[in-house]
Amino acid sequence: MRSRFVATTLVATLATAVSCRLDARDDYLGDKDPKQFALGHAAAPAQMAALDVDVSPNGAGLPSGSGTAASGAAIYAGSCASCHGDNGEGKPPYPQLIGGPKGDVDFSTDAKIPRTIGNYWPYATTLFDYIRRAMPLTAPGSLSADQTYAVTAYLLSREGVIPDTTRLDARSLAAIQMPARHRFVDDDRTGSRGGKNVR
Amino acid sequence: MTEKPISRRTLITGAAVAASGALLTSLPSEAQQATTPAIPATPPGAAQAVPVDPTKAPGAPTTPVGTRSPFVSPARSPVGEITGASLTPLQAFSGTITPADLHFTRNHAGTPTIDPATHTLLIHGLVDRPLELTLADLKRFPATTHTYFVECAGNGRSAYRTPKPEMTPQQVDGMISNSEWTGVPLATLFREAGVKSSAEWFLAEGGDACLMARSVPVRKAREDALVVYAQNGEPLRPEQGFPIRLLLPGWEGNVNVKWLRRIKLATEPFMTRWETSKYSDPLPGGKVRWMSFEMDAKSLITSPAYPERLSGPGWWPVTGLAWSGRGRITRVDVSTDGGKHWVDAELLTPTTTKAMVRFQHMWHWDGGESLLMSRATDDNGYVQPAMAQLRAVRGPGTDYHFNPIRAWRVAADGTVTFEANT
Repeated sequence: MRSRFVATTLVATLATAVSCRLDARDDYLGDKDPKQFALGHAAAPAQMAALDVDVSPNGAGLPSGSGTAASGAAIYAGSCASCHGDNGEGKPPYPQLIGGPKGDVDFSTDAKIPRTIGNYWPYATTLFDYIRRAMPLTAPGSLSADQTYAVTAYLLSREGVIPDTTRLDARSLAAIQMPARHRFVDDDRTGSRGGKNVR
Repeated sequence: MTEKPISRRTLITGAAVAASGALLTSLPSEAQQATTPAIPATPPGAAQAVPVDPTKAPGAPTTPVGTRSPFVSPARSPVGEITGASLTPLQAFSGTITPADLHFTRNHAGTPTIDPATHTLLIHGLVDRPLELTLADLKRFPATTHTYFVECAGNGRSAYRTPKPEMTPQQVDGMISNSEWTGVPLATLFREAGVKSSAEWFLAEGGDACLMARSVPVRKAREDALVVYAQNGEPLRPEQGFPIRLLLPGWEGNVNVKWLRRIKLATEPFMTRWETSKYSDPLPGGKVRWMSFEMDAKSLITSPAYPERLSGPGWWPVTGLAWSGRGRITRVDVSTDGGKHWVDAELLTPTTTKAMVRFQHMWHWDGGESLLMSRATDDNGYVQPAMAQLRAVRGPGTDYHFNPIRAWRVAADGTVTFEANT
């Protein structure tokens, strides 16, 4: 009796072990999927570096190179003004970049108040990131790092954020404190203040 | 390619009808179709002959791809936009699913053409195993299928800023569509890559000409985020992100990054243009709300609506769509007297989370002037606000996530127009 019970248990255990191994499932936390499916392939460092174009507010991701407002003015005139206007005043639907009201502005009172770089952009790094990603509209990615720094410097100086003599590079761009930074607050439509409340 | 089968079918139909001696009539003109969208395309088969009695001759032969009846011609509008929107003709539909070829689009640098054989998704940053996945790889993961709406953060803005009575449901709130999506839970891919516990945000980047990029909290991946490759049973349409897009249920359209090519895990948001100076909401006191992902509960009557005209008093179904980015619609109330009285409308379809539901209220119109309204409630107890309530809370200058109660005015002659002041 006893030996037969042991034998049966042993066979059952072995069968369970084999079936587990056969379908390679890791039934942890009740999840029937394995932790990994071993699909895809390891990304090559060179390929990751080629795609890794993002820029963070602390300056991470900014390339080497530099530029000034003086050289940026010429690039702006040649590559940007046709959509954004000679003085960054915008040509709808292309937005105004320069010349919005500064200081104590309440944008919620009127949608027509121009939201420009100096009054509505919380980080200067965003300007570089966006120009590098998407501008100019008809030839994105065509500006060099130096040219992108230069256009960024031109726009920031026209908005009075930096002197027009500043040479922008990875370090000086990340150090800029934007006038609009203090405006931005987190979403309060959820949690204890949100939920059923209209906010 | 399209010319040949059409002309051949027309010939065959024409010959068969001629042989049977049946009379031919032409298709009804656009003006005769009372419920046609305001900006219709020319029906593709407009030149096709229509037999008076289609039972007296064989019909058209089979074709590789179906077409709409030449009598219906729903169309997105406007078209030709590289950096703009093209809106869904909500008034043309029944039920809740948006036909894939009529899903709204809002692009920032046009629709790219991407070869699925070479497109990859890179997952890197704060992960143990940086991964590159092809579409074929993604299809080997366990799939999941859900119905969710996608709504542009700016849906309804133009009806607020530049309202006019002659606006269709499409023109009022047509930057929303509802589809069955199939793909892989982002959580599965994150587990595959071994996302580190320090990762709180990820950048989702598209492969279009603006390298669309948005920062997303990792918690959304733990909740319900998907990487999808199919829409209503077929591969994504190019305008919806072929071959793959991010699908973040209930969250503003822009963050559902199309043509997804890269996900980078990080500790902090990246502060791209689209999440700072673009899709943010000014608030009273000079503040600006950012990372405001969720779409508030909303509803819209799609019929009766402009340009319909009620032919006379009697029973009319008041029908429309409701949705919430925070959960499930629990009820929709309809008013036919401008909000003085409300009745609990029937919900015609299952109410699942972050998906459209269709409502209906059978209305006996007495022929008098009426103001039709709908009001959605979701499972948080959130009730769609009146315009005045929304403006009081957010200020008149804020118009993203814009979800006021909408109204349609029915005149004694049966004409229906959009009423912006509710």
